Amino acid sequence: MAVSETTLDAQAAPLRVQPPAALATHRTLATSVLRFLRRNPLVVVGAAVVLLWMFLAAAAPLVAPYGPLAQKIVDRLQGPSLTHLFGTDPLGRDIFSRVLYGGRISLPVGFGVVAVSLLLGGSIGAVAGFGPGWGDTALMRLTDMVMAFPIIILAMTIAAALGPGLDHTMIALVAVSWPRYARVTRGLVLSVKQNEYVHASRALGASEPRILARVVLPNCLAPAVVMATLDLGNTILTFSGLSFLGLGSPPPAPEWGAMVADGTKSFDQWWVSAFPGLAILSLVMAFNFIGDGVRDALDPRLRRGV
Amino acid sequence: MQGIVVRRILWMLPLMVGMTLIAFVVSHSVPADPVAAHLGQRSMEDPAIVAAFRAQWGLDKPLPEQYFAYLRNLTQGNLGISIRTHMAVAEDLGRYLPASAELAITATVVGIAVGIPFGVASAVRRNHWLDHVVRAVSLLGVSSPVFWLGLIAMYVFYFRLGWLPGPGRLDVGMAEPRHITGMYTFDSMFTANWPALVSSLRHLALPGLVLASVYLGLVTRMTRSTMLEVLASDYVRTARGKGLTERVVIYRHALRNALIPTITVLGLAFGDILAGTVLTETIFSWPGIGRYAYQSAVTLDFPAIMGVSLLIAFVFITVNLLTDLAYVFFDPRLRRAS
Repeated sequence: MAVSETTLDAQAAPLRVQPPAALATHRTLATSVLRFLRRNPLVVVGAAVVLLWMFLAAAAPLVAPYGPLAQKIVDRLQGPSLTHLFGTDPLGRDIFSRVLYGGRISLPVGFGVVAVSLLLGGSIGAVAGFGPGWGDTALMRLTDMVMAFPIIILAMTIAAALGPGLDHTMIALVAVSWPRYARVTRGLVLSVKQNEYVHASRALGASEPRILARVVLPNCLAPAVVMATLDLGNTILTFSGLSFLGLGSPPPAPEWGAMVADGTKSFDQWWVSAFPGLAILSLVMAFNFIGDGVRDALDPRLRRGV
Repeated sequence: MQGIVVRRILWMLPLMVGMTLIAFVVSHSVPADPVAAHLGQRSMEDPAIVAAFRAQWGLDKPLPEQYFAYLRNLTQGNLGISIRTHMAVAEDLGRYLPASAELAITATVVGIAVGIPFGVASAVRRNHWLDHVVRAVSLLGVSSPVFWLGLIAMYVFYFRLGWLPGPGRLDVGMAEPRHITGMYTFDSMFTANWPALVSSLRHLALPGLVLASVYLGLVTRMTRSTMLEVLASDYVRTARGKGLTERVVIYRHALRNALIPTITVLGLAFGDILAGTVLTETIFSWPGIGRYAYQSAVTLDFPAIMGVSLLIAFVFITVNLLTDLAYVFFDPRLRRAS
């Protein structure tokens, strides 16, 4: 990175009037980020909501008025009020506190599943795109097969088969998410490996694994990471679906999906389901705001249309 | 071109076989024990009963042997017997599929019929208030947890307002229309059973719209972005330059081209509808294969899990094959290549 910047600066130097190189680069980066944010107010809103949720999740023990598991049966199923902002559930637990604590499950699950899927799918895709043809065919056929299952059916089966537990739910989510990353990474590797600098490093005697790890993969990283960010909202949505079906952590855990399910038993008390559902909606929507903005910014065909 | 189509169809066979293997491995080599899920505590303590159960369901044989036995049965259309319902899985699926098909068709039709015009309007009036509203609504659609939306819809329209009926496919006590397709709306229409038609349509409205919401969001967003791309292209500028009316430019020049990439996404997004049926059917007690899949998964009823996974995967693959064919049909460049 540093090397290429210097080269660029050296080439551009005669054209420039005066400003010191470092200052110029700094200003262009900052201004372009600022301009991007000013043109995409929704990205700012999305990022603010995500940051707020991260803060609330981290600070839940300090912010939440009650413990997430504290039951007070006499106060069961009370409507929203000043003492219980979001009301109480069938066991008399404070829904506001449980929603805050819920972020401590959904956010790490979302980031964790996406990170592991990126790593696993990315490795498979990289090997497929870089390795010998038969390996590519075999791996991609496997990817096709897993992708042909609708996500929740496969995830549900795996989660049910592994038995209750958050770690099992996460395994199920990774098991259905990796193929998308494998596909994308393979595509990226296939296009990057055509580049002359790859041929150059091969000519310099670099071993194939080294070329893959040091030359090809770093150039695939950015788009793959962007795709992973776009996927965060969906992953959290699928997770909440599994959790709603009772395939997340076992009961007392304040999982948003499971909390919505609590409300199906007490239909009259709308607040039991409504608030945890709004939590899922706001977080997923925030991630989608960010995703839309990033996609628009990166897609040159759309940029031209502005 | 025909070569590609033939190859795609031929590829379906190994794909399906591979999928049986995945479904088999997932549902069989697992830590959870189906024996414990289906036998009571008392029976579990009796080794003779446990052994009999294992023998009955072939669980005492080595896994490869079980798998090949399954494949052999599959070639004869035998999907095995469900441990939970004690019925042939194929028969169970046949009974539950029409209800899901009815739901999925409704959602698809609503999604396409509403989503495409909204997407076009939104793109044509980019940054107009209409665009902002459409974008916000479609984003809400793709970001809402469908199970939550279903609950809220049921609370508002059934519980509070009483406009629409609650769970189920027909009013309580109403006789099913004569069985033709198993889809109540069609059957009651063909048999001129008007009360049943009204009742089934009213029951279909909420789950159908809730399931449509996700798809609707996807279709609108996809149509909007491809339309924007196409509207910025040179041939649209040429068309405008020739003095064609805006209507002709948008519908005959832009939309036709924008639909091509949209169609592929429609096919892939059909998977979301299939996934949505699991949650929607659970909320609305809709007796379809989604709920069947869920009930089979949580009781580790592996013959049923295998059957329902394969059926859903088969539907998904077929829909995607059809969308690829539609792609050829809609894109004259590919047609000419044949």
